[in-house]
Amino acid sequence: MNSAIEAEAKRPQAPAVRRHPLARWARRYALQIGTVGVAFVIWLVFVIAAPTTFLSFNIYNALLVTTPYFAMVAIPLTLVIIAAEIDLSFGSIMAWGMTGFDVVYLNTQNFWLGFVACLLFGLMAGLINGLIVVKVGVPSLVATIGTQFFWAGAVLVVTNAQGIGLTFLQGSILHEGLVGRVGGALPMQFIWMIIIAIIVWFLLNRTQFGAHVFLTGDNVDSARLMGVNVDRVKITCFALVGLAAAFAGFVQSVDLLFFWPTMGQGNFLNTLAAVFLGGTSVFGGTGTIFGTFVASFIINAINPGIVAAGLTQYYTQVIYGFIVVVSIALQALLRRRLS
Amino acid sequence: MDDILQLKNVSKTFGEVAALHKINFEVGANEIVGLLGDNGAGKSTLVKIITGYHPPDPGGEIYWKGRKVDHLSVAKARDLGIEVVYQERALADQQSLWRNIFMGRELTNRWGVLDLGGMRNETQKLMNTMMGFTSAAVTPDSVVKTFSGGERQGVAITRALYFQAELIILDEPTMGLSLSETKKCLDFVEGIKKAGKSAIFIDHNIFHVHPVADRIVILDRGTIAGQFKKNQLTVDALIDRLQRLAHTGTLDISPQTAA
Repeated sequence: MNSAIEAEAKRPQAPAVRRHPLARWARRYALQIGTVGVAFVIWLVFVIAAPTTFLSFNIYNALLVTTPYFAMVAIPLTLVIIAAEIDLSFGSIMAWGMTGFDVVYLNTQNFWLGFVACLLFGLMAGLINGLIVVKVGVPSLVATIGTQFFWAGAVLVVTNAQGIGLTFLQGSILHEGLVGRVGGALPMQFIWMIIIAIIVWFLLNRTQFGAHVFLTGDNVDSARLMGVNVDRVKITCFALVGLAAAFAGFVQSVDLLFFWPTMGQGNFLNTLAAVFLGGTSVFGGTGTIFGTFVASFIINAINPGIVAAGLTQYYTQVIYGFIVVVSIALQALLRRRLS
Repeated sequence: MDDILQLKNVSKTFGEVAALHKINFEVGANEIVGLLGDNGAGKSTLVKIITGYHPPDPGGEIYWKGRKVDHLSVAKARDLGIEVVYQERALADQQSLWRNIFMGRELTNRWGVLDLGGMRNETQKLMNTMMGFTSAAVTPDSVVKTFSGGERQGVAITRALYFQAELIILDEPTMGLSLSETKKCLDFVEGIKKAGKSAIFIDHNIFHVHPVADRIVILDRGTIAGQFKKNQLTVDALIDRLQRLAHTGTLDISPQTAA
């Protein structure tokens, strides 16, 4: 062997650092611990700014009712973003799914068939997103801005921009099962949010599909070279968001007993903010379901927090936008520091 | 020595350009072949034919362990045991060591659930035996971004050996590595030899190829200009002849006479 190489190799190495198991655990779950820390600090600020509101049960009840509306989309959206893609069309897909319900229910008078149609419409819209991105090769940012407008327009065309009342669902198993109260208090949609979080967490962390989501987002070339079916991974992620968006749209409509054709348009910023605040990297390859879950509640608490603190509601959007920019900027800085 | 890979009469033209012209090339069992050549000599085309990425022009034949292989594809090459280690594209940086080792070939239990414990244990074993990671700071959950260039090559080579690769193709593995990292990387290449497997080592740097290669093949403008067993030629003589090849276009292929 070359003498210069040998000499260089004999240079003393940095001493090994033995870490306490607790420190190792903290390192592994740093992202999650950070999110919980942020949640706690924000909660503390709200309690100090508006103690009467944030020390009463009502506000938490309201959060449990409304957070699932968008968190059920934010959770699978986390997969898309870990896979280094983005989906901006979920808002319209929420309404598009309900359009499917509308059409089928009006023709069959069977709300179960309508519910199935709703999910299928969402799944189809998600699959189309995936196919446009993967098979046609349109960047997902552009593709899903396009489909966002497309589905929103399609909803207005089909429904003639008329909302429909859903009072006939009141008291049905579907209504009770999706938005009823467990023990008279805990809203069912929160239970569904937990179920979706567990399913998606399991997919991401305990299946080959999930392992491939991380690899696809981290280094798409090496993933492909090592035999990962990158195309199928991405299409599956988009399809899951479509399915979940339709489900979330259904839950929200059933809870309000009315379907607004413009539903979902207001969910755009808070859903994205929940994913990014939850620590999922916009550059792909890292992210957690736990982070999105917790961040959804933080995001949803901001609006009542601002109002309770005596500011006008208009600040909400300012703060959502701020959170999105700051969390992505922090990821960019962290990435630069590490490389 | 039985050859595990043989290329007979392999040519490859892209439109008007002949990238390879009637190449006869073989790799023996448990042999490390160094592949040297200037940019455009046809090294990467040759690699892409061996890995099934490009089909050879009609008339060219590929044999694996003495058997003719028709319609070699990327998937088929992998199944045969041909694995490429690319410098830049080998690893997913932000993922843990175990996720990189089992990339695309994750272990699952009979319900299709990832066998995390199994993968972490296997990775720990590989770290102790093949990778020589002794520091307690490095665990199977360490993110590979923190690893040095030589260690990263080591992870990719270990992965290939662990999954029973018979022939590992190293595409400029020492490019951009410091001296100590190059040493680590070359140790891993020697590990391939010790494991009884074969390798094709492609590099510009003769000083890196010469110590670990059993045989050195020189590719020039799409043809094999010559080849030497390592003990036939010193590094200095090899450099001298390569320089003359660059100037005159012909390579002196006679074995070096004892000085």
